[in-house]
Amino acid sequence: MSEPAWKNPAVKWIDERMPIFTVMRHSAIEYPTPKNLSYWWNFGSLSGFMLVLMIATGVVLAMQYTPNSELAFDSVERIMRDVNYGWLLRYVHMNGASFFFIAVYIHIFRGLYYGSYKTPRELLWWLGLVILILMMATAFMGYVLPWGQMSFWGATVITNLFSAIPLAGKHIVTWLWGGFAVDNPTLNRFFSLHYLLPFVIVAVVFLHLWALHTSKSNNPLGIDTKGPQDTIPFHPYYTVKDLFGLGVFLIVYLGVVFFVPNFFGEPDNFIPANPLSTPQHIVPEWYFLPYYAILRSIPDKLLGVIAMFSSIFVLFALPWLDFSRVRSARFRPVYKKVYWLLLIDVLVLGYVGANPPEGPILYVGRIATAYYFLHWLVIVPLIALFERPKPLPTSIGTPVLGAAAAASARTMEKA
Amino acid sequence: MMRKTMFKKAVFAVAAAISLGLTVSARAQDEPHFSKQDWSFYGVFGTFDRPSLQRGFQVYKDVCSACHSLRLLSYRDLGGGGAIDGGIGLSTDEVKAIAASVQVTDGPNDQGDMFQRPGRPSDRFVSPFPNEQAARASNNGALPPDLSLIVEARPGGPDYVYGILTGFKDAPAGFTVNQGMYYNETFAGHQIAMPPPLSDGAVTYADKTQATVPQMAHDVVTFLTWAANPELESRHRIGVKVIIFLVILTGLLYAVKRKVWSDVH
Repeated sequence: MSEPAWKNPAVKWIDERMPIFTVMRHSAIEYPTPKNLSYWWNFGSLSGFMLVLMIATGVVLAMQYTPNSELAFDSVERIMRDVNYGWLLRYVHMNGASFFFIAVYIHIFRGLYYGSYKTPRELLWWLGLVILILMMATAFMGYVLPWGQMSFWGATVITNLFSAIPLAGKHIVTWLWGGFAVDNPTLNRFFSLHYLLPFVIVAVVFLHLWALHTSKSNNPLGIDTKGPQDTIPFHPYYTVKDLFGLGVFLIVYLGVVFFVPNFFGEPDNFIPANPLSTPQHIVPEWYFLPYYAILRSIPDKLLGVIAMFSSIFVLFALPWLDFSRVRSARFRPVYKKVYWLLLIDVLVLGYVGANPPEGPILYVGRIATAYYFLHWLVIVPLIALFERPKPLPTSIGTPVLGAAAAASARTMEKA
Repeated sequence: MMRKTMFKKAVFAVAAAISLGLTVSARAQDEPHFSKQDWSFYGVFGTFDRPSLQRGFQVYKDVCSACHSLRLLSYRDLGGGGAIDGGIGLSTDEVKAIAASVQVTDGPNDQGDMFQRPGRPSDRFVSPFPNEQAARASNNGALPPDLSLIVEARPGGPDYVYGILTGFKDAPAGFTVNQGMYYNETFAGHQIAMPPPLSDGAVTYADKTQATVPQMAHDVVTFLTWAANPELESRHRIGVKVIIFLVILTGLLYAVKRKVWSDVH
C-alpha cells in the first residue's frame, strides 16, 4: 500500500499531522475485499446504517420527549400529533429497532453459516456479540420510554429477573429501580442510559471494524485470499453493491413505516402504564422472544435466568466449540444440516415465546431449549470431530472447479 | 443434490406441522371473535370517508362523550391543518362553534379564582368526568376508557371496536349475566359493564343517512380510527411517493452495480 499523494494542500497539511485521510482511504476505498462476497455480506453495512439512523432520529425525538412517568406517554402522543413530522420520526425510530435487529440477526446467521467466527476472527466475533448485548440493553430501555402498559410491565418482569440472584438479588433490583417499584426514577435512568449506550455501540463498532480490517473479510468459500487476483477494492465494487442492497432494504423497512407502522407493536402499549392493572399476557418485543421462551421453559427462576443469559454467552465459546478447520458450511455436509435445524429451533423458540407457556407449547419450548444448548455444546463439537469435509478449492479464483477444469474453461472462453 | 432438497423439505414440513398444530390449539380457547369489516382507510391508498368521519363525530358527541373522554385531541384537530393535515373536513368556523359549545375551566384569574369560559379550538376535548374516581362512581365501579387510542389499543382494532358496538345480544340460555353487566358476544368473557350505547335512531344525521346501529357503529369507528391515527392520510400519501422514489433509485443502483461489476470475473 503506497502512501497516497494528496493534491489538495489543506488535506495534505492535515494528513501529514494526522493521517485521517490516508486511514479512510485504506479502510473505505482501497480495502481489499474478496471478490466472491454474496448479498448475505450486505447486512454488516446495513446494520451500520441502521445504527446511524437510530441515533439521528433518536436525538431529534429526545428534543420532544419528556422522561417523567406522569408526562412520558402524553409527550410521545404529542410527538405523534403536534410535532411537525413527529409521527414520521417516531415510526422510523420505532420500526428502526426491529429492522436493526433483522439486519443484525441475518448478519449473525451469515457468520454462523460461513464460519466467520473461526481463526483469525475470534475477536471480531466477540466484539460483534458485545454489540448485540449492548443493542439488546438499548432496545429494552427504549421500549420502556413511551410508558405504556407493555413498557411498564416489560420493565417490571425483566428487572425482576435480577431478584433471582441469591442473597443480593432483592437489593440489586431495588438499586436498579431506584425505589421499591418500577417508577419515575427507573424511567429517568432508562432514558439516560438509552441515550448513552448507542454511543458505546458506536465505539465497539469501530473496534469491530478495526478487527475486521486486520483479519480481512471472510467469504462464501471460507478460504483465505491468496493474493490480489482474489480481491477487489471496496470502492466502487462493494460501495455500489451495498447501496443497492440498502435500497431494497429501505423499500421493505419504509413500506412498514408508512403502511403498517404498528405491525411489530403491541396493542397494550397504547394504554398508559398502570401499576394496578397487569396485562393478560406480558410479551417482549419480537427480537427477544427466543430468549424469553428459554427463560420460561425452565421451571426454576434462577436456572431460567442463567439459561437465558447463557444462550448468548455460549456463543463466545463458539470458536473453540466448533474446532473444525473448514469455515464455510458449503464444504461441511453435516454441519450444514444442523445449521438449518438450529435456525428452525430458534424460530420455534420465538413462536413459543410469543404464546402463553401452557399445554403443548410448554413442552415444545422445553424441547427447543434443550436442543438449542445441545446444538452448541454437543452436536457442533461432535461434528467438528467426526465430519469429513468436502475438498476445498485451492483459491477464490478457481472455486469448485479443479485447477485443470478452470484452465480448460479459460481456453474455451478464448475459443 | 436431490437428497439435500428432500431433507430441507422434510425439515420445513415438520416445522410447519408443529406451528400449525400449536396455532389450532391456541385458537380453540375462548377469545373475542368478530368479523372483518370493509374500511375505507385500509390499504396503501386508504383514506377516510369524510361524510362518515363527520357522522362518526356526531355519534361520539351525542352518545359516547357522555361517559368516554377523548383527551389527546384538541377541537382544532377536527379542522385539520398544522402538523398533520387530515381533519374530519370541518371549516374553521364550524370548529370554533363546536369548541364554543363546551365550557372549559380556566384560571386562576387576577383574583386567584378558577373560572368557566367557552372553549376555543386550541383546547383539548373536555372530559366528561374530572377524574377516574368520579368516572367509576358514576358507572357502577367501571371505568369508561379514554377513546383517543382505543382502536389501536385493542387486538383487532377497528373490527374489534365495531364488534363490541354491534355485539350486544340476549344472553344464550344457561348463561348468567351478573347484575349491572350486559351480554356482548365480542367482549372477552361476554360480560361488559357498558350498557348497549347504540339503538336505531339514537342520533339524527344531518345528511339524512339512516341511523341504524351498524351504520352508527361503522361511522363512529371510522371517526375513532382517525382520532387514533390522524396522520394516516399524510402517511399513506407520502409513503406512496417515497416507495416509488426508492424503487426507481434502487433500479438505477442495480444498473450501476451491474456496470461496475462487469469487469469482475
